[in-house]
Amino acid sequence: MDDSFDRFQGTASYITSEPLRHAVNVALALERPLLLRGEPGTGKTLLAHHVAEALEMELLRWHIKSTTKAQEGLYVYDTVQRLHDSRFGDGDVKDIKRYIKLGPLGRALAAPGRVVLLIDEIDKADVEFPNDLLQELDVMRFQIAETSEEIVARERPFVVITSNNEKELPDAFLRRCIFHYIEFPGPELMRRIVHVHHPDVEDKLLDQVIDVFFGLRGVPRLRKRPSTSELIDWIGALRKSGVDLKKIGGGIPFLGTLLKTEQDVELVARGKA
Amino acid sequence: MFIDFFFELRRRKVPVAAQEWLTLMRGLALGLHDSSLDGFYRLARAVCVKDVAYYDAFDAAFLAVFQGITRDSLILTEELMSWLTDAKLKESLTEEERELLRNLSLAELRDLFRKRLAEQRERHDGGNRWIGTGGTSPFGEGGKHPTGLRAGASGGGRSAMQVAAERRFREYRSDVVLDVRRIDVALRMLRDLGREGAPAELALDETIDATARNAGDLEIVFRPPRRNRAKVLLLMDVGGSMDPYAHLVSQLFTAASRTGRFARFRSFYFHNCVYEAVYEDARFFKAVPLGDLLAQSDRDEKLVIVGDASMHPAELLEAAGSLYFYTRNPTPGLEWMRRVADHFRRAAWLNPEPEQYWGQTTIQILGRLFPMFPLSIQGLQNAVRHLVRGGAVS
Repeated sequence: MDDSFDRFQGTASYITSEPLRHAVNVALALERPLLLRGEPGTGKTLLAHHVAEALEMELLRWHIKSTTKAQEGLYVYDTVQRLHDSRFGDGDVKDIKRYIKLGPLGRALAAPGRVVLLIDEIDKADVEFPNDLLQELDVMRFQIAETSEEIVARERPFVVITSNNEKELPDAFLRRCIFHYIEFPGPELMRRIVHVHHPDVEDKLLDQVIDVFFGLRGVPRLRKRPSTSELIDWIGALRKSGVDLKKIGGGIPFLGTLLKTEQDVELVARGKA
Repeated sequence: MFIDFFFELRRRKVPVAAQEWLTLMRGLALGLHDSSLDGFYRLARAVCVKDVAYYDAFDAAFLAVFQGITRDSLILTEELMSWLTDAKLKESLTEEERELLRNLSLAELRDLFRKRLAEQRERHDGGNRWIGTGGTSPFGEGGKHPTGLRAGASGGGRSAMQVAAERRFREYRSDVVLDVRRIDVALRMLRDLGREGAPAELALDETIDATARNAGDLEIVFRPPRRNRAKVLLLMDVGGSMDPYAHLVSQLFTAASRTGRFARFRSFYFHNCVYEAVYEDARFFKAVPLGDLLAQSDRDEKLVIVGDASMHPAELLEAAGSLYFYTRNPTPGLEWMRRVADHFRRAAWLNPEPEQYWGQTTIQILGRLFPMFPLSIQGLQNAVRHLVRGGAVS
């Protein structure tokens, strides 16, 4: 383990708040998975990329879908391929190893050095999915049943798990994690974030844009509040088109980049009237 | 003191276990708290709290236990000093924190102050140590607003205590917040998965088996995909005493009625108590006799009733008790309710009234017929759990 505690300091293109940096460093030091939650668009997934970049580790991604099984993360035994090969006489069918394909978690454990493993949107999978991962995340080793080969991690990978709160995660799983809830950035942090993506944006424009943006987010009963990435798109659209923002009082140009449902657009339009 | 904090967390229903506590101790031993109270606050929160819904309870517990410590410009007590040796407090605020302070408008401050007052009364009744240490709270020093907040912070920068005191995560508490999405999430657990219908999904294991048995000639097997078989019947009390909760109930309805969620979803309205009929519309035009409804309902359907169960006892207990004089109902409301309760194997009553008022007669009586849950995220989750698995009602 690296000696200094404050290992992760953010990167040039990823602005973090101090509590988040602290949570990352705690998770690194304690060698526990870091569980991130927060509104969509707060940069949960990106964090893993930038931790990997800042600490110069390889990043392995595991994007979870509703059909993902825990076993697939370790390895898949491609029986159909083997069956196919045996039928058409391709390759050496006797060598089972050729048909064992390591999944992202398996590769993270088999890696020669310390890697960052991103388990993205863990709550998309079945409710039992996190429980199925417990043992492997705990002991950081697993066995391939077909070949009796055991894979033991040389260094515990740094595991970043993101969740959108769609499903409750099991307690036993939660107890092993370090948790951080990424708050939606405030106006000041948001300015810094915008500056990263649009470095040459004029201050005046930025002031107005941030005002309108947080005003919109404050509208009660919006079905989907605009998030960071939408703000950045919106600024991009505004600058490309050269619309004069002084006219903002008369209506918001390119509202469609910020609001994504009809009801919301109507709601905001009614509020303006 | 630290163990006090642990039990304070547990007392406030933050699900923290010994395992997390040991992790926290390891973190402290490794110096991850940065030798400061701020660092301790962040470390403890990251390790012990796994849901933003509990951030607020964590803040409250943190305040209750460590409140006294920040007195006199954050001079730490000896016991804490022994843990946090060489306590260094932050000298300056970061840009973003300063912005946060500036951003607290007068209205927000008043709001916080009002909430705090409510808190303190509660603590005082409980004999806790809130009162008397109020001097550290930026709000306790009456009459000071935004500047007052900054003055309160002048000892050692924006400390964890102020972060905690701000209780920014109050709105995330699961016993308070309800919006369509969160209801959606809670309802998602209400399911009864089974394979029914047309075989449309490749059954890989069976295919391999069949192929092997077929001496290697490919034989493909299909099976029906898994679907939610749960059927839900929703009965909603509208009008009168339910008016303040109309928005809440409509959110629940929106979430529940999204297409494709349940195998069958039906909803009906009633006023105060179910008598011989329920209504398809909220204005009580299209009546459906209760007998018909029960006859058409599977006993396995999950019954969800939403209502405050608050009415004049006569409306529930006496014949002809209905508010509407033109409906003749020789059978008291309670008897109708009993028939409904007897018909369904699983039923839950969601009550938007705050739980402290559940002592009322009619709530008590109906609570004996139907397991009653508060209409909050927590309550909804418990109700769903009860509907799926049954078993003891907490």
